[in-house]
Amino acid sequence: MSASALIPYTVETRPDTGLNNVKIGIWLFLASEVMLFGGLFAAYILLRIGAAQWPLGASILSVPLAAANTLVLISSSVTMVMSWASLVRKDFGKFRLFMGLTVLLGLVFMGIKATEYMTKFHHGLFPRTSTFLAIYFTLTGLHAAHVLGGMVVNAYLWGPGSAMWKSEPLRFTNRVEAAGLFWHFVDLVWIFLFPVLYLL
Amino acid sequence: MTEALEGATHHPEVLGWWRKYIFSVDHKVIGIQYALTGLTFLFFGFCLMMLMRWQLAFPGVALPVIGTLFGENRMPGGIMLPEFYNQLGAMHGTIMVFLGVVPLGVGGFGNYLVPLQIGAPDMAFPRLNMASYWFLFLGGVTMFVSFFVPGGSAQSGWTSYPPLAVISDGNGQTLWLVGMVFLITSSLLGSINTLTTIIQLRAKGLTFMRLPYFVWAQLVTGVLLLLAMPPLEVAGILQLMDRVAGTSFFLPTGLVVSGQVLAVSGGGSPVLYQHLFWFLAHPEVYVLLLPAMGIVSEVIANNTRRPLWGYRALVGSALFLGFMSFVVWAHHMYLTGMGTTISIFFQTTTMIISVPSVVILTALILTLHGGSIRFTTPMLFALAFVPMFGIGGLTGLPLGLTATDIPLHDTYYVIGHFHYVVAPGSIFALFAGVYYWYPKVTGRRLNEFLGKLHFWPSLLCMNGIFFPMLIQGLAGMQRRLYNGGVDYAYAQPVLHLHKLISFSAWGLAVSQIPFIVNFFWTLRKKATHEENPWHATTLEWAAPSPPPHGNFATVPEVFRGPYEYSVPGCAEDYLPQFAAVGPATADS
Repeated sequence: MSASALIPYTVETRPDTGLNNVKIGIWLFLASEVMLFGGLFAAYILLRIGAAQWPLGASILSVPLAAANTLVLISSSVTMVMSWASLVRKDFGKFRLFMGLTVLLGLVFMGIKATEYMTKFHHGLFPRTSTFLAIYFTLTGLHAAHVLGGMVVNAYLWGPGSAMWKSEPLRFTNRVEAAGLFWHFVDLVWIFLFPVLYLL
Repeated sequence: MTEALEGATHHPEVLGWWRKYIFSVDHKVIGIQYALTGLTFLFFGFCLMMLMRWQLAFPGVALPVIGTLFGENRMPGGIMLPEFYNQLGAMHGTIMVFLGVVPLGVGGFGNYLVPLQIGAPDMAFPRLNMASYWFLFLGGVTMFVSFFVPGGSAQSGWTSYPPLAVISDGNGQTLWLVGMVFLITSSLLGSINTLTTIIQLRAKGLTFMRLPYFVWAQLVTGVLLLLAMPPLEVAGILQLMDRVAGTSFFLPTGLVVSGQVLAVSGGGSPVLYQHLFWFLAHPEVYVLLLPAMGIVSEVIANNTRRPLWGYRALVGSALFLGFMSFVVWAHHMYLTGMGTTISIFFQTTTMIISVPSVVILTALILTLHGGSIRFTTPMLFALAFVPMFGIGGLTGLPLGLTATDIPLHDTYYVIGHFHYVVAPGSIFALFAGVYYWYPKVTGRRLNEFLGKLHFWPSLLCMNGIFFPMLIQGLAGMQRRLYNGGVDYAYAQPVLHLHKLISFSAWGLAVSQIPFIVNFFWTLRKKATHEENPWHATTLEWAAPSPPPHGNFATVPEVFRGPYEYSVPGCAEDYLPQFAAVGPATADS
């Protein structure tokens, strides 16, 4: 008998709330993440309003690279949904394909981000150089840490974690759904980051 | 659903000692770990304060016997250095709030009791529960270790305001920030667990309006932690960047330190930090308060043999309090130069937020009317909570209005105010909880005589400590002065009160001895394993004392509200929620 039998509603839906525990847990976590990035965006607004001058994002940062990254992340969200949908349709092969693609796209994102950062450092542009760069590095750095975290989880679900498909397929599907929700959130943060930092 | 019993087979029948007692995923073991950690840090934080009280009562005088043990860089010749006083002050606050009251109230009582009171076998995410405890432990170790790095611990107040906190030497402040990240993570993970558990794992028949008030309090506390902790994490990350990466999020342009302009990019805002800090720290005070109110409500209902008066008003007040707590934070910042429009907003919300607390206190008092009061030790602590918290709350009102806050801000009046709510307030409530639920956790009752020997001197000393502070503050004595204000003319008439306060503080320490003796000596007695010694009505009293893994022999079902005491026509003066026989009543 598995762990989920002891605690009710880990997999099956509780009738009066319409939720299982994992789903409500991940949504609560995302609510806290909204407050986290919200706090950082609030800091950005306060710093920019109080600044004597503030550079145009495009004058310091590479809009083409970030635009490419936006496409990369949006695509990875699509592949993430496809990987979950494949599990719902009981197609484990397709799941592995799409989840693998999601992890790969995440790697591409990190690669482009690393290129951006290294270019900045080579030009002597560090967080300590200006308030704009400080908030840029902190916002994108924290976001990148979340991308990395999501990638680690996704890689685990693609790899060793996928053994659960054989023993508890529904529970595994729910886990992939939760990871997908997190991944979408990380994508959504980027959708805000890109215009705010690069275009405004 | 007898799988609850067989569910135990999902892990090996015999767990090794480490998996059973140290790395357990059982909410009861984790709750005890949290509680013991919290009590230990409460004691440690108290010791820091007792040291400070020597300096304040006898400034510049060598501390006898133990003074030289602290070394030449803290207390040369046994005389406290200002830097060390500041370390003690900053860490006393940090430890009491984040390593004392919250772990005990939320991690300890919350973790142990919420699953039991809702009829669940455990928290929704047991492994996450264990992780959140170990994050707390890591945070505690980090904070403790920070005393021993060169330069000592954080010393810019528990509030760590920049620029001072950013420019302070050594690694102590950096370690404080790292420690806070661990503690915030612990609270965040814990709140996700608590909220999911309460929403998803309530037993059959346990609707929201049949929940014990303690569970409602933990629910609102969980929401506060979930949403308010992240901005403090942001503040911590940004301050870490300022200290370690040379950024100037919080350092204004042209800041002069030791006669030289600081070589940073500038453009930062110290007030930004205050906003981010207080956005958490105001809801945090309700995190300190709500579990206490939950505990007091349970103990009062049980020891009055009456239902709680105004259950719906109590629930509404807790929810409203939680909501309002997010829109009052700048009342800690009235003196930062804010305009009248914004200060009117915060004064208004601050006045409004005092209402739910008054409703709760009134409901508790009205519960007593016509009751059959049992003056057990938990009841004494719970009863004392009411007027003590009342004084704390009332003294908050002049602080909430700018006109009166201007002379009182950053004085001892503030210290008196917030300690009244949290020391003879929350901590007394936590003591009530310890005495009340000790039989459930250990199967034994604490000694009543020692309990009273703990209570009465504690009550006296608490007032001896904090009431004179209100007087000192009204005279204008500033807080955080390492010598207690001897240099200021306006402080002279109230300086002598420092001695009264210090002796009361040391007296309070001695008053805890009966408790510590009781706590450990009772464990050596033979357990009676009484399931429901207090004749209480809530679900945790249906489980054995102590409850086994999985909590209940059969899955409980709830038939009525949580406080069916003195029900007319009933043979006993209580009708438990879980008892099948007896009339099913409408929701309380």
